[in-house]
Amino acid sequence: MALLKVENLSLAFGGLRAVSGFNLEIKPGELVGLIGPNGAGKTTVFNILTGFYQPQEGRIFFDGTDITGLSCYKINRLGIGRTFQNIRLFNELTVLDNVKIACQYAGRYSWRDAIFRTKSFYRYEQEITDWALSRLEIFNLAHKAGEIAKNLPYGEQRQLEIARALAGRPKLLLLDEPAAGMNPQETVELLELIRRLRRDFSLTILLIEHDMSLVMKLCERILVLDYGKTIAEGSPEEIRNNPRVIEAYLGEEVSDADR
Amino acid sequence: METQAITGEKPKAAEKWRRHLLPVGLSFLLLLNILVFMEHLGLEIVSRYYKGILILSFINIVLAVSLNLINGATGLFSIGHAGFMAVGAYVSALLSLNMGRWGFLSPQLQTFIQFPLVLFLGGLAAALAGLVIGIPTLRLRGDYLAIATLGFGEIIRVVALNLNITRGARGITSIPNHTNFWWAQLFAVLTVVIIWNIVHSNHGRAMVAIREDEIAAEAMGVNTTYYKVLAFTIGAFFAGVAGGLFAHHLSYISPKSFDVLKSIEILLMVVLGGLGSITGSVIAAVVLTALPEVLRFLQDYRMVIYAGALIILMNFRPQGLFGRAEADLAVLKALLKSRAGEIVKSRSEKRGGNGGSA
Repeated sequence: MALLKVENLSLAFGGLRAVSGFNLEIKPGELVGLIGPNGAGKTTVFNILTGFYQPQEGRIFFDGTDITGLSCYKINRLGIGRTFQNIRLFNELTVLDNVKIACQYAGRYSWRDAIFRTKSFYRYEQEITDWALSRLEIFNLAHKAGEIAKNLPYGEQRQLEIARALAGRPKLLLLDEPAAGMNPQETVELLELIRRLRRDFSLTILLIEHDMSLVMKLCERILVLDYGKTIAEGSPEEIRNNPRVIEAYLGEEVSDADR
Repeated sequence: METQAITGEKPKAAEKWRRHLLPVGLSFLLLLNILVFMEHLGLEIVSRYYKGILILSFINIVLAVSLNLINGATGLFSIGHAGFMAVGAYVSALLSLNMGRWGFLSPQLQTFIQFPLVLFLGGLAAALAGLVIGIPTLRLRGDYLAIATLGFGEIIRVVALNLNITRGARGITSIPNHTNFWWAQLFAVLTVVIIWNIVHSNHGRAMVAIREDEIAAEAMGVNTTYYKVLAFTIGAFFAGVAGGLFAHHLSYISPKSFDVLKSIEILLMVVLGGLGSITGSVIAAVVLTALPEVLRFLQDYRMVIYAGALIILMNFRPQGLFGRAEADLAVLKALLKSRAGEIVKSRSEKRGGNGGSA
């Protein structure tokens, strides 16, 4: 059964049809790429999937439940984690606190526990801290736990964002341009990292990316979006040779790559 | 570690200073308690005038720390705190005046039970007001929220001015003055401890996340609506309690006591102490309560110097005295731990039968 199933999704902002008739099915464990020229509606799709926008048409099913119209935080708790295109960390807080916030529901204690500092407060706090540190460990960031997030170098901020998304124990991870602003070396590291994450945590990943070499190497299946519509879908090989894709978007890129 | 290396000695000095803040503050409080307690032994050291300032300081601590939960921790810019205070003050004052005499209890005992109860009910009424104002204004952000809360404060004042039960502009007189040093201190300490514990918990982290980036917070599973409304409600509750203390301290309240200037005064304490720093709010509340009194010898120039001091301070430290830093609890924790350690040690010694000669 599909982990995520999107049927006929549409959303227009005034006269602009940002997404129209978008369909998507992701099986557990798949790594799917979503590409397309600027303004094609990729991020809008992410925002609809995570509940920031309400679709005007269509339904979204996640893990067998209908999540259309649910609020953002509920969708997150059902198991969809995400990162943002322009990094959105809690800048003034420490690296550890950034991840701890995302473990809201890893350990739950009531207001009473918090105010009276009961035993379960200390137990759950310890659990949350351990869990957050273990997430940082994946990215080798644990030794920077006490630093203020905005002081991290760019690449580490991106990694911290992924660590934070992982803290909520997602089944599906949505990565919005994870390689944006990274140099080739960092991009290669990211590639390895995403593969490792997927293997170690049996994650299903949907990613938006402009770096074609990354997408082609990483994804098994690619969706191409243009003007809010899916214009092609298939394996990297098929996408590379699809005339409509080349026309819409890849033409220059392919010749560049061949150079 | 790196930041320290870059900026050199200064932060280290600040660190040290912060570490000593709590022990110094607590010892000072202890000394005050001893001095005030002397009067029960027939030795009045602290005069009524100074006790009055202390009580006002405690009330202002409650107000500043509770506003800090809304403005500093959650980042909702509210300037209607005097409105919540007014609700608490009127409700508790009217309750106190109308509860009558309970025949089955001695007057002292009745006060002892009735006063906290009345304060609590005043707080609840204010919390309800917080809930009512919180829900519709949640969509507003920044300046717009500030204007809405400002409007709310004015509404409360005008309502109090026009209702019969609040006796209009004449205000309510002869409220029993139950608020003494001990009650004020108790509620100030309770407020600080409770709000500190809230902020330094999962719930507080959710609120801080809203301040930092609401969209990211929502995407990380924080129920932003819930925490925003709750920050408002909890802040309003304590403002209501402070209002009750205030009413039972001056034994007279009128709508004029809760105008915009009062809201601004509380906001000033929070901003001066540092948005988001509970320690800062406490210290700023004490300083700003005491400063006008200390400056009394300047007579007519008093308010000029007061305002000047504020301007200079904000110029040199726009983030407030403390920024977001808090007093270091390490000393307290170490103390508690060593105590616990000693107890465990002495117990094990007893069990071992080695005798407790020391």
